[in-house]
Amino acid sequence: MSAIALPNRRRLPSIRRVLVYTLMLLFALFFLLPVYMLVITSMKGFDEVSLSRMWDLPRGISFVSFDRAWNGGEGVIGMRGSFINSVLLVIPATVISCLLGSLNGYVLSKWRFPGSETIFTLILFGMFIPYQSILVPLVETLNRLNLYGSLQGLILVHVVYGIPITTLIFRNYYAGVPTELVEAGKIDGANFFGVYRDIMLPLSVPGFVVVAIWQFTSIWNEFLFGLIITNDPQLRPVTVALQNLSGSQYTQWNVQMAGALLVALPPLLVYMFLGKYFLRGLMAGSLKG
Amino acid sequence: MQQTGVQSSSLPQAKKRRKPLDMDRWTAVAMIMPSIIAVGLFVYGFIAWTGYVSLSDWNSLAPSFQLIGFDNYLKIFNTGRFQTNVRNLFVFTTFFLTACLTIGLLLALLVDSKIKGEAFFRSVYIFPMALSFVVTGVVWQWLYAPGRLPNDPTGFNLLFQQIGATFLQGQFTADPRVIPEIRIAGLKTKLGIPMAMIPVVVAAVWQMSGFVMAMYLAGLRGISEEIKEAARVDGATETDVFRFVTLPLLQPVTLSAVIILGHISLKIFDLVVTMTGGAPGNNTEVPGLYMYEITFKANKFAEGAAAAMVMLIVVAVLVVPYLLYNRRTEVE
Repeated sequence: MSAIALPNRRRLPSIRRVLVYTLMLLFALFFLLPVYMLVITSMKGFDEVSLSRMWDLPRGISFVSFDRAWNGGEGVIGMRGSFINSVLLVIPATVISCLLGSLNGYVLSKWRFPGSETIFTLILFGMFIPYQSILVPLVETLNRLNLYGSLQGLILVHVVYGIPITTLIFRNYYAGVPTELVEAGKIDGANFFGVYRDIMLPLSVPGFVVVAIWQFTSIWNEFLFGLIITNDPQLRPVTVALQNLSGSQYTQWNVQMAGALLVALPPLLVYMFLGKYFLRGLMAGSLKG
Repeated sequence: MQQTGVQSSSLPQAKKRRKPLDMDRWTAVAMIMPSIIAVGLFVYGFIAWTGYVSLSDWNSLAPSFQLIGFDNYLKIFNTGRFQTNVRNLFVFTTFFLTACLTIGLLLALLVDSKIKGEAFFRSVYIFPMALSFVVTGVVWQWLYAPGRLPNDPTGFNLLFQQIGATFLQGQFTADPRVIPEIRIAGLKTKLGIPMAMIPVVVAAVWQMSGFVMAMYLAGLRGISEEIKEAARVDGATETDVFRFVTLPLLQPVTLSAVIILGHISLKIFDLVVTMTGGAPGNNTEVPGLYMYEITFKANKFAEGAAAAMVMLIVVAVLVVPYLLYNRRTEVE
């Protein structure tokens, strides 16, 4: 291994190495165990779901559990509708969040004004609050705006409470863009929007990817707002539908696991293919640029 | 961090050329205004509103705005149920933070020790972060389902039986015990560790420790090899280097992790709802769940608002000093 060739690295003693690998494998086992259970259970047919063999591999690959979780039947409410709701919710909310966050980040990094740092800190606080402390006024306000119980209402809520994190990520991202570039643009006669369009936006693609992934996964995975704001079962997002599926007495375990896997799939795919950006969003959430 | 000197940009030439820029400054303020108004209303306005409700007597479906002082706070703190919630949250937060930080640091050190398959292990440890707490809750609930001991175990109990480790079997989320069950005069709850909370902590740690690992890993990679080498030249052993060089340099990471994990932990809701719903008894119920139940199921809006304000204050005590500290260090 290349490690040996590195000059100022000592080679680990081999006993320690064995210990390291053993520990890492044990942890990997711990992390993958629930996935194993999720996958094998959801691939079992109804006749195969025996409690005493729940750790055994399925005899073959069967999609009946997915079919039931997706389409419903026999007391199970299918998740197809809520899946569509979540898609219709997450796409506009993510797009609007990105645009707002980008503009805010641009202003707060390149167009600072007296008090802008204070405003930034005040905005940031919004990402830490327990949403319980705003739920009742939120429901009342959405009611008055005629948005309560609608997807539009839920989109609005996710956009507004997404402002702090999207602003933070973009602000830190834009702070890395040399101010000289912006100054040069200004001297060339570009105005606020000109600098944004010609200098910032072309440099922002990774920032947009990070924020889009962040908003996509957190809105897709969100539960509390979905639970409170969609009183109509027809408008439930997937997480609320999954909670209902698993709370129901009639639902067999294989169907519940299939449902859980369906809900997990979109963010997992994002993680698998865009993991680097997903991680960057995570790190940005820890307030460091 | 690649922070450039943003604030040092007000060059004298730029000052002279202020005139045409003024319009742009106003545009900038105008562009951020909608967000400021939205956050002002939806965060601060709504918090004030909730604060007001928490001081009112709105404890039925009919809204009432009669102010009654801190009665709702006194009332919830006097119930055994909320006292139990606070105890549970304290236990959850303590165990969750300790386990996440320890395991996160351990994983980071393991992954950082020049091993094969580093990328594989790293992504295995982090992937649960991409999942919803609801998914985590549903899967772990199935794993913990105890079955009927000793003859018909399910989930982990079955696995333990199959590998001959029956001593590990238990009731998990269905375990009603509180250990060591200390009673204190005036308190309506029993102090101790609610056993059913431990499995919930395990699931939460499963989900979040990879994140802590990623943070520590970034921290470790940021420590220059020269500093460590200098210590070694001075005769420090690897253990010394770790204790006196690496660990102190990781302190800012630990602080960030405590803030992030802390506020997630204090607000925990989804995971508890899906895993236990607060059962057995109220042994895993936390204030986030209590607020939901008492507001939206029992229509005691003022008491729910009081519980929400308590949550907010606890989170603010944790987060506000950090935000102010971060801001000060950034301006410098």
